[in-house]
Amino acid sequence: MNWETVIGLEVHVQVNTNTKAFCGCSTAFGAEPNTQTCPVCLGMPGQLPVLNMEVARKSVLTGLAINATINLESKFDRKNYFYPDLPKGYQISQFPLPIVEHGYLDIPVADGEKRIGITRIHIEEDAGKSMHEGLDGVSHIDLNRSGVPLMEIVSEPDMRSADEAVAYLKQLHQLVRFLDVSGADMEKGQFRCDANVSVRRFGEALGTRAELKNLNSFRFIKQAIDYEVARQIELIEDGGQVVQETRLFDSAKGESRSMRSKEEAHDYRYFPEPDLPPLRISQEEVDGIRAGMPELPGQLRERFESEFGLSSYDADVLSQTLDLAGWYESLVAAHPSDPKRCANWMANELLGRLKEQGKDIADSPVSAQDLAGLLDRIADNTISGKIAKDVLDAMMATGESADAVIESKGLKQVSDSGAIDTLILQIMADNPGQLEQFRAGKDKLFGFFVGQVMKASKGQANPGMVNQRLQDLLKG
Amino acid sequence: MPFSSLSDLKSQLDAGETTAVELAQRYLDRIDAHNGELNAFVDVDHKHIIDQAKASDAHRAKHGARPLEGLPIAVKDIFCTQDGPTTCCSNILKGFHAPYDAHVITRLKNAGAILVGKTNMDEFAMGSSTETSAFGPCRNPWDVERIPGGSSGGSASAVAGGLVPAALGTDTGGSIRQPAAVCGITGLKPTYGRVSRRGIIAFASSLDQAGPMTRTVRDTAMISAILCGHDSGDSTSVVNAPEIDWLAACDSVDMKGLKIGKPKEYFVDGMDAGVRAAVEAALAKCVELGAEIVDISLPHTKYAVAAYYVIAPSEASANLSRYDGVRFGKRCENPQDLVDMYTRSRDEGFGSEVKRRILTGTFALSSGYYDAYYLKAQQVRTLIRQDFLDAFEKVDIIATPTSPIPAFKIGEKTDDPITMYLSDIFTIALNLAGLPGMSQPCGFVEDLPVGLQWIAPAWREDVLLSAASAYEGATDWTTKAPAAFGGES
Amino acid sequence: MDIDVHKVAMLSRIRLTDDEAAHLGPQLSNILGYIEQLSEVNTEGVVPTAHPHDVAMPQRVDAVTNANRRDALQAVAPNTESGLYVVPKVIE
Ligand SMILES: [Mg+2]
Ligand SMILES: [Zn+2]
Repeated sequence: MNWETVIGLEVHVQVNTNTKAFCGCSTAFGAEPNTQTCPVCLGMPGQLPVLNMEVARKSVLTGLAINATINLESKFDRKNYFYPDLPKGYQISQFPLPIVEHGYLDIPVADGEKRIGITRIHIEEDAGKSMHEGLDGVSHIDLNRSGVPLMEIVSEPDMRSADEAVAYLKQLHQLVRFLDVSGADMEKGQFRCDANVSVRRFGEALGTRAELKNLNSFRFIKQAIDYEVARQIELIEDGGQVVQETRLFDSAKGESRSMRSKEEAHDYRYFPEPDLPPLRISQEEVDGIRAGMPELPGQLRERFESEFGLSSYDADVLSQTLDLAGWYESLVAAHPSDPKRCANWMANELLGRLKEQGKDIADSPVSAQDLAGLLDRIADNTISGKIAKDVLDAMMATGESADAVIESKGLKQVSDSGAIDTLILQIMADNPGQLEQFRAGKDKLFGFFVGQVMKASKGQANPGMVNQRLQDLLKG
Repeated sequence: MPFSSLSDLKSQLDAGETTAVELAQRYLDRIDAHNGELNAFVDVDHKHIIDQAKASDAHRAKHGARPLEGLPIAVKDIFCTQDGPTTCCSNILKGFHAPYDAHVITRLKNAGAILVGKTNMDEFAMGSSTETSAFGPCRNPWDVERIPGGSSGGSASAVAGGLVPAALGTDTGGSIRQPAAVCGITGLKPTYGRVSRRGIIAFASSLDQAGPMTRTVRDTAMISAILCGHDSGDSTSVVNAPEIDWLAACDSVDMKGLKIGKPKEYFVDGMDAGVRAAVEAALAKCVELGAEIVDISLPHTKYAVAAYYVIAPSEASANLSRYDGVRFGKRCENPQDLVDMYTRSRDEGFGSEVKRRILTGTFALSSGYYDAYYLKAQQVRTLIRQDFLDAFEKVDIIATPTSPIPAFKIGEKTDDPITMYLSDIFTIALNLAGLPGMSQPCGFVEDLPVGLQWIAPAWREDVLLSAASAYEGATDWTTKAPAAFGGES
Repeated sequence: MDIDVHKVAMLSRIRLTDDEAAHLGPQLSNILGYIEQLSEVNTEGVVPTAHPHDVAMPQRVDAVTNANRRDALQAVAPNTESGLYVVPKVIE
């Protein structure tokens, strides 16, 4: 009764650079444990950090895309805590003066759009991984991830439901992929979310918040927030109080549990990183980054609608990722006569087939050029749309061009009126009863004859011509 | 002979009067004869040294001599070296072999120098006496009952005792200059950012700087020319720092018209009268040479030690968190759990001065105290830096005593941290300001050496070297060496 | 200044025996007492100095420069297994 939920999100986004934030180690995913480490990211004595400029550039780009202030001078700090996967005993992060502040994202909600404030984006380094499962009394540490660059994107507590939180996250997820600043693969931990959740009665001051950790899919985020909201309301209604704590969501059980009380409360002792002077970026550099900013999803969607006359549905599908949009534009470039046909075939036919195979557009066995070749054959009546679907199946399987498949399988559409007449006369001879009824005025049987002729031609007869010739011949 | 300068040895090598192997053997013999008494070296690998010297002689024969070809140089045990152990004289790093060389070690090697081993130091460079070393205290060749200063006491003792002609030290709050002073040698702390810190075990990152410890000003210049320069692997190594012709600076020795600032806060009651007299006499000598003494004030100097003992331990508390028993270094036996592994490894691995500083720094940064301690100290740091900027509006260089007292007796101050900390009272301020400073011998108090400290504006080591060369040329302090080790005092 | 030595020691992950704590406590208090003199200085409006020079950080090009040196780097580790560092169990 009359409860309002207040949610703020902290998202750790792995920046998709070749190398780590402060050393020249590779960030490639899935390498053998500790093979992508060096004295710097192992925190060995005397080793020093040097910032990867691409991390700063990508952070600025992200900041510009959320209409934020870019701090031309920002500073790095040390966040101190002991953990076996944190080699130096501190994380290099940004505390009082981050690279980006004061931005926002507009998210779709039921009655239009809602603006979610973004407090800050700061650069920091990731920790390594600890593994415990199946080990007796010990943990194993892999430091390949140690030092991988992250942007921590911190929102204002502007969301009022789990659905809004998910909408914000999806929007952010799409944005960082679009900007090509992150792969944002949640299964690989490249897009990780912590949620600060509190409840209050409408009109009251903010309640005490709990921090939910380990939310690694959109579905779990919704589950975890809904669970937490219910837990807090029940607690307060039973006369209890919410305590400020970190809670770990267990996706298998659909529950969260407190992570507290194992050790003393954290005291991170932030202080300026003495190994790194301030990060300075000139206004010219920022302007250059802005000039190189790709079209964002909203802009692309609008352009696809206005320039190519696409439905808003198709425009939306094809502007989901930069890869999709780029692929679509190549397709139109190769088959310029009918952008809508391009959209229809790409969105419905190609993407449907790729999805069944669990593939991304980038892995499509059919290139945009080859799909355009198929659309050309529809346009010039070499094959029907129906046959074209079979041709596409074959192209997907073999990687061959449309022409090669049509040729080798003899699928060329029959548009020769003599051949079509022969077929029609044969069908008429085979079905004297239906012919008699048709001639007696049962017009509906026209469709029957079309079907029979197409079937007899194995679908290769030009349907327009079949129609036309049947009109003449059936009348007798 | 054991007290030859590096430049004399270079002339002999260049003239073919000796070889790198011969020199190396001669100094190894000195080390064998005297290190037992001085404990200046904590690691010396005879075979490796001779191998380097052979390679150097071969290089000279085949390709000609590089700038430091065949010259033996020792380094403090804080410089990581691939050959042999690097321990920072701490039990927590006993047996540690760095899989890399410090950047300046690479520079020395590329210049043809022969690295003759690791010198003793205060554990993690935290100390002013080289008594906190896990290898036991180092001794001062002028009086082996006394400390050689610290934390680069091993380097100072080795050079002063004639076990090596030159050495590298590091200076966070005076750790090159103070031991140089109390051992009667010359030492330079370059401008912060002049020398790469990569591969040098960090104590306090915003203060640490490596530099040479030598018998003469020219030797300091010879080594500086090799050490200094930008390193893309250290973000605090300044890009496009003003360059210096190090050797030329030693040749322009005219003091005429040089304005020497004499800060009243560095000549105070309570300092050792003999030290004061020696430094006053040195200034009088400078006046004779044409310099002008200008009375100045550095009003925030008296807060330098307090600010330093917040900033340095705070940075150190984080820098030393990596010694956790996970990836390298000491791990305690049979850890019961993770916290036990951390707390016991660090308890057993660190000595008490290191613990004191880690705890001080942790406290100063902890929630509720940061503003009153850390932030305040950083603000005072600004004021100290500004004092110097103001002073250098009026003078070219500043002269002070390096240490308020000569070498004290081993054990005299070990359990009195504050008195120990105050022995750096004259050296600390310029680390906070990032300025270059130098100490050179300027006399004796009861047979113990006294040091004269020069301070110049940032990047003006040339001014230091010129003044120091002029003073050195007009006096004979650098010819003195402890009689007990074969010198002439 | 009274400080909770045990709490600071825990934050620092250094075991302190009661004897050590009894010894170190007063020493730390002394040191902090000496540092207290900073409060005499008027620092109103003074910008703190974290770095001695007013310079910007250099940056690095995003190109891989490090090859796999795991064996050499782990040669100095107290305990490893199959290329992984081994520690007492981490409890979350
Ligand atoms: Mg973070
Ligand atoms: Zn690395």
